[in-house]
Amino acid sequence: MLACRRLHANVRTARGLLSSGPVTGQHPGPRGSTVPRQSLHTGSSLRNDFYKDLEAQLAAVRKKAAEALPGSGWSPFELNPDLPPERADIVIVGGGVVGWSIAYWLKQKERVQGEVKVVVVEKDPTYTQASTVLSAGGIRQQFSLPENILLSLASADFMRNVNEHLGVMNEDPVDLQFNHSGYLFLASEKAAHIMEQNYSTQRYAGAKVSLLSPTQLKEKFPWINSDGVALASYGLENEGWFDPWTLLNAFRKKAISMGVIQCCGEVTDFKYTVNVATTPEGENVALKRIKSVKVQMPNSLEYQPVECAIVVNAAGAFSSKLAQMMGIGSGPKGTMAGTPLPVEPRKRFVYVFHCPDGPGLDTPFLVDYSGVYFRREGLGGNYIAGASPDEAEEPDISNLDVDHSFFEEKIWPPLAHRVPAFEKLKVTSAWAGFYDYNTFDQNGIIGIHPLVNNMYLATGFSGHGLQHSPAVGRAVAELILDGGFKTLDLSGFNFKRILNQEPMLERNIV
Amino acid sequence: MSAHLMSLHRCCQRSALLLVARRPWSSSSASPPPLHTRLLLFLTQRFYDMEMLLSWSSQLKRRVIQRKNAYYSYAQRFHGSDIAAAYYVLNLKGGFRFVGLSAWFRANHRGKFNWDFLNHKDTPLEEVDMSYSVINYTGLVNLEGQRSLRTLSFRGCPEVDDWFLAKLHMFQDSLEELDISHCPRITTGGLAALRNLKGLRRLDISSLPGISSPGLIIILLEEMLPQCQITASGYNLSLSQEEKMEQMQEQRKGQS
Repeated sequence: MLACRRLHANVRTARGLLSSGPVTGQHPGPRGSTVPRQSLHTGSSLRNDFYKDLEAQLAAVRKKAAEALPGSGWSPFELNPDLPPERADIVIVGGGVVGWSIAYWLKQKERVQGEVKVVVVEKDPTYTQASTVLSAGGIRQQFSLPENILLSLASADFMRNVNEHLGVMNEDPVDLQFNHSGYLFLASEKAAHIMEQNYSTQRYAGAKVSLLSPTQLKEKFPWINSDGVALASYGLENEGWFDPWTLLNAFRKKAISMGVIQCCGEVTDFKYTVNVATTPEGENVALKRIKSVKVQMPNSLEYQPVECAIVVNAAGAFSSKLAQMMGIGSGPKGTMAGTPLPVEPRKRFVYVFHCPDGPGLDTPFLVDYSGVYFRREGLGGNYIAGASPDEAEEPDISNLDVDHSFFEEKIWPPLAHRVPAFEKLKVTSAWAGFYDYNTFDQNGIIGIHPLVNNMYLATGFSGHGLQHSPAVGRAVAELILDGGFKTLDLSGFNFKRILNQEPMLERNIV
Repeated sequence: MSAHLMSLHRCCQRSALLLVARRPWSSSSASPPPLHTRLLLFLTQRFYDMEMLLSWSSQLKRRVIQRKNAYYSYAQRFHGSDIAAAYYVLNLKGGFRFVGLSAWFRANHRGKFNWDFLNHKDTPLEEVDMSYSVINYTGLVNLEGQRSLRTLSFRGCPEVDDWFLAKLHMFQDSLEELDISHCPRITTGGLAALRNLKGLRRLDISSLPGISSPGLIIILLEEMLPQCQITASGYNLSLSQEEKMEQMQEQRKGQS
C-alpha cells in the first residue's frame, strides 16, 4: 500500500518534469515511461532535472557542431582502421620483395617476440607498377663481382629451403615454381677473355659454372647458331627462374604472421632534426636525423605521422624521390650534400611470343652478347624475351606502355640470328616494368646514408633486386640489429663509394 | 573481452585458411585425411600450445633428417671418400655395389649392416640404391667424389626435390641409369635439370604426383634426352577427357 502511494507521488513529479523542459516535452512517449522508473531509485527530482537539462544541452551542442562541420557524417571518434600506428621502431618504405624481405629478417632476428615494431609502407597494394612482379624472375650466379655471386648463392640457398623460412603453419607449402634451367651467356671474340676471368671468379666463389667452346655449345644445344660466339658459360646449378609473385607473397604472409604491420599509403614527407658538423677539411655539413614519417593515405587527404627510430629506403625505382625529400642532392654540386641518390626508373619491355618449333625442355635462360635474352615460359612453346636499350634510346618513363617496334627492330633480328627457329614467331603479349637503375655503377646501394644517420638504403639493384632479395634482406637486418654485416660482407655496396667516385662495376660480356 | 574477440577473429581466419588448405583434398577423389590428422588440425585451430608442439615436432624431424645427411668428414679423413660414401649409404639403409664386385652391400630393415665393406678401401661405387631413404640435397655431398657411378635409384624418397635433381650434374660423365619414381616433391622445373645428364640410358619417372601434364613432359624429356629410354608408368595417359569424367562418375557412384 505504501509503495503504491509513493508511485503515485512519483508520477506527479514526473509530470512536472515533463512540463518544465521544452526539449524533453516534445517527446512525451518514451521519456514518460522511463522517468518514473528511474525516480523510484533516485528519489530526488532536483538532480534528475539537472541531468536532463545537461543532456539536452549537450545534444544541442553536438547537433550544432555536426551541422557546422563539412560533411555531416563526420564524427571525431571514428578512425580509419588502415592508418599506420603513431609510433614504430622501423619504417620500411617500399613493400616490394626487398622491403618485405628486410621486414621478415628483422622479425626473424629479434630475440624476444615483439621486440621491434616494424611497419611496411607500400603505396600500391595491387603492385601494378612494382618492379618485383614485372621482372622476368631469373636467378643467376654468373656475375663478375664476388659480392654479387655470394648474394646469389645465399639467395639460392634460401629458396632451396624456402619452406623452412617462409612456411606458415596450416597453410599450403610455398611453391616457387623454380625452373632449374641455368643461364647460358654467349661471348664474342673481343669479350671472351672477360668471360674467362669472370668464370674463374665464379668458380672461386663456389658457383657451379662451366665454360663451353662453340663446338661443345653446338653439341649441347643443336638449335643454337654459334656464329660469332667465341665462348659460352653455362650455369649447372642454382640457376633458373621462378615466380616473383609467389616469393613476394610468401615473404609478406610470413612477415605479417610474425607481427609486421602492413600499411597502404605513400610517404610524402619527413620530419627531421638538423645538426651542423664540421669536417676535417673545414666544410660545414648538415647531419640530419629523421623523427617521423608522414604517411599519406591513398585517395584521401588523411595522413598519419609515424614516429620512428629508423627508416629503410627500399622504394626501388622511386627511392631517389624519397631521398630528395630528405634534401639529399639539393646542396651545391661536388659537396656531400650535393650528391644525389643515383637511382632512377628505367623502363624495360618484356615480350611473350609463341613459337611451336622452338627449343624444348632444356632451353636455358640465354643471354646473347648483343644484349638480347630469352627464356622458356611454360611447356607450350611460349617464350619471353627482352633487351636493354642503348643509353641514348631510353624509353619514356611516364607510363608503362609497350613499344612494339622495339621488338621488331632491336630484339627479333639478333634473336632469329641466334636461334634460327625463331624466324617464325608470333608475339602474343608484352608488358613493361621499371628497373631501379643505378646510373652510377648498376649495382645495389646497401647501408646507411652518411648525412642522414637513421636512413638505411637498400635500392638501386638495377634488375637483380628480386634474385638477391633474400640475402639483401638478411644483410640489412644484420646492419640494423647487429650494427654490422655478419654473414656476407657487403660494405663495398655502401653509399660512400658514390661520394668517393669509386664505382663497383660489373664486368659485363655484353 | 578484447582477448576473446582476438581469439575469435583468429579462429575465423584459421578456419578460412583451413578451407583453402583443404581444397586439394576435396577435389581429388582420394579419401579424406585420416582421423588423427583431422583431429590435430582441429586442435591446432583452437590452442596455441598445440601449434607450438606441432612446430617443435616438425623442427625436430627436420633436424633428424639434417643429422642423418651430415657430411661424413671424419670417415672421409680416415678412410677416404669411397668408404665414407659407402658408410653413408648403409647408414641411410641403402645398398651399393663396388666397381668390379658383383656382391651388393645392404643394410637390413633395422639398419644393421655388415662391416666387410671396410676391406675394399679406395674402390669406387658403381651402383647405389637409396630407395625409400631420407637422402636430401645436403647428403648428396657424400657421394660427390664418385666418378664411376653408373646406376642411382632414389625411388620413393620423400626428401628428393628439384634442387636435388639439379645437383646430380656432378655425375654427368658416368651416370647411365636413374630411378626417381614415386618421389613426391619432384616437379616439372626439376626435370628440366636432367638435361646435364647426357650419358643417361635409362630413366624412370613413374608416378610423380608433383608434375602436371605428364604426357607432354614425357615427350619433351624424350626430345631432350634422345638416347635415353624413359619409363613412365602410373600416369593416366590413354584416356580421353570424356572417359575420365565417366570414370570419376563411376567412382562417385561406388563411393555413395
